[in-house]
Amino acid sequence: MSDTRTNSGNGFWAGLMKAKPAKPGEIYGVPGQGDSLKISAVVIVGIIFVWWFVTFAGFIKPLFLPSPMGVINAFFTMLKDGFTGVGFWEHTWVSTLRVFGAFLLACVIGIPLGIAMGMSPFARGVFDPPIEFYRPIPPLAYLPLMIIWFGIDELSKVLLIFLSVLAPLVLGARAGVRSAAIEQIHAAYSFGATRWQVIRMVVLPAAMPEIFTAMRVGIGFGWTTLVAAEMVAATSGLGYTVLSASRFLQTDIVIMGIVVIAIIAYAFDHLVRFIERRVVPWKGRG
Amino acid sequence: MTALAIKNASVFYPVPGKTPVHALQNINLDILEKEFVVALGASGCGKSTLLNLIAGFMAPSEGEISLNGRVVTGPGADRSVVFQKHALLPWLNVLDNVAFGLKIQGHNQAKREGIARDFIKLLGLEQFEQSATYELSGGMQQRVGIARALTSDPAILLMDEPLGALDALTRERAQELILKVWRDTGKMVFFITHSVEEALFMGTKLIVMSPRPGRISHVFDLPFSRRYFESGNAREIKASAEFIALREEILKIIFADEAGALHE
Ligand SMILES: Nc1ncnc2c1ncn2[C@@H]1O[C@H](COP(=O)(O)OP(=O)(O)O)[C@@H](O)[C@H]1O
Ligand SMILES: [Mg+2]
Repeated sequence: MSDTRTNSGNGFWAGLMKAKPAKPGEIYGVPGQGDSLKISAVVIVGIIFVWWFVTFAGFIKPLFLPSPMGVINAFFTMLKDGFTGVGFWEHTWVSTLRVFGAFLLACVIGIPLGIAMGMSPFARGVFDPPIEFYRPIPPLAYLPLMIIWFGIDELSKVLLIFLSVLAPLVLGARAGVRSAAIEQIHAAYSFGATRWQVIRMVVLPAAMPEIFTAMRVGIGFGWTTLVAAEMVAATSGLGYTVLSASRFLQTDIVIMGIVVIAIIAYAFDHLVRFIERRVVPWKGRG
Repeated sequence: MTALAIKNASVFYPVPGKTPVHALQNINLDILEKEFVVALGASGCGKSTLLNLIAGFMAPSEGEISLNGRVVTGPGADRSVVFQKHALLPWLNVLDNVAFGLKIQGHNQAKREGIARDFIKLLGLEQFEQSATYELSGGMQQRVGIARALTSDPAILLMDEPLGALDALTRERAQELILKVWRDTGKMVFFITHSVEEALFMGTKLIVMSPRPGRISHVFDLPFSRRYFESGNAREIKASAEFIALREEILKIIFADEAGALHE
C-alpha cells in the first residue's frame, strides 16, 4: 500500500503543509497561484443569501438590517424622489466630484513632491516631518481645525479628503524613485544627461508602477474620508446621505449609500488597473 | 599615440569604523587607439572600480584619468558603458532604447531613428525594432545595450561583464559579434570578464588584476582575435595548443591569488 505521507492529499491542512505538484504550464510553489474568482462569486452569493434568509425568517428586525429587497426598494425610491429634497444623481455626483477633485489635486502635488523627496535630501528633510506628523492622525481628528481655518464650505471638505489621499501618494512616489536601476541611471548620465533629464526620462517612468499602486491606495483613503468630510454643513453627497439617514434610522438608505460608494470605488479601482495595464505593461518584468 | 591614460590611480573606499578598503593601488594603464583591453581577475580585485573611474562615475582618490589629453571629470558621451544587465528601459521599445542617448543629446526624431537604425542593423536587430525589451532573450538585450552605447560615437566602449548573464552558446556567439563590431567601428574597448577563455579570445591586451589591494599584476599581448578575423573559426582558436597553454598559465595566477586570500 502507498505510504500516506508521500500522498499529500487534497485537504486544506494538506495544502498548508505542502504544495501539490504543479500542472504543466504552471510553476511549482508560486505563492497564491490559482484562480480565486469562482470562490469570490460563491462567497458573494452566500452572503446575500444569508442576509436574505435572516431577514426573511425574521431573525433580525428591518430596523437593524433591512432585507436585500428593502435596500433595492430604497434605491429605486431614492432614484425617483431623491433624499432630503436632492436627487440621487446629484448626491452621487457631488461626492464623486469631491473625492476626485481631491484625488487629482493630490496627484498633481503629491507625485512631484514624492519624486522630489526621493531625489533630494533637502526636499526630504523639509517635507518628511510634516507628512510623517499628520499621516497617522485620523482625518476626523483634524476636521475641526480644517473647519476653523477653511470654513464650512467645499474648501475644507475637499482639503480634508485631499490630505488623506496625499500621504499615500507621496510615500508611493518617493519609494518609486528607488525602482530605477542604477545601471539605467548611469546609462543616462553617460550620454550626458542632466539631472532633470534623468528624473524625467528614467526615474519617473520607472516609478510609474509604484505610483499606480499608490493611486489605488490613495483613492481608497479618499472614499474613507468622504463621510467625515460630509459630516459638517453638507446638504448633499453620499456620505451626507448615509449620515442623515442613520439619524432617522433609515437603515435601508444607509446600506444603499454604502453599497453605492463601494460600487463607485470598485469601478474606479478597475479603471486604474486597466490604465495601469496600458501604461506599464512591463510592470514586474523590467 | 596614447588615447586613454590612467596615471597612478588609487581608490580607497571608506568603511565606517574600519580602515578603508584599498580597492585600487597605483594603477597605470594606457589604452591605445583600436586596442581591445580585457581586465580579468578574481571577484573583488577592483575591475568594476577601474571601469567606474574611466566612465567618470567615480573620481580616483589619487591619480588621474585622461582621454585624448583631456582629464576625465565625470561621465560623458565619449565613454559609453555597456552594463551586465538592468540597463535597458522597459517602457521603450528596442528602437527607442537604442535612440535613448541621442534623445538625451537633443537630436530630432528623424536623425535619432536614422542613426539608431544603423546600429540596429549592425547588431542584427532589424526584426526586433518594435519589440518590447523584456520580450527579448538575454543575448538580444545585450545587443540592444551595445547598439545604444555605439550611437553616441564614443572614443571608447566600457563593458562590465556584458556577457556574464548569458548561456554558454549565446555567449560565444556574442563574443564574435562584439569582435566584429569592434573591427567595423574601430573603437577602443575596455572589457571586464570573469572568463579566462573569453578574455584571451577577445582582447588585444590582457591585464590580470590581483586583489587586496587591487592592482595590475600581469599584462599580456594577445594575438587570438586577429587570428579569428583571418580564419573566422573561433572554436579552432580556442582549442589551439597555444591558447590552452596561456589559459592554464593565467588560471594558475588567478588561483594563486585566491589561495593567498584564503591564507590571509
Ligand atoms: N561602495 C563600496 N564601499 C566599500 N567597498 C567597496 C565598494 N565597492 C567596492 N568595494 C570593495 O572594493 C573592492 C573592489 O570591488 P570591485 O571593483 O567591485 O571588484 P570587481 O569588480 O573586480 O569584483 C572589493 O573588495 C569590494 O568589496
Ligand atoms: Mg565587478
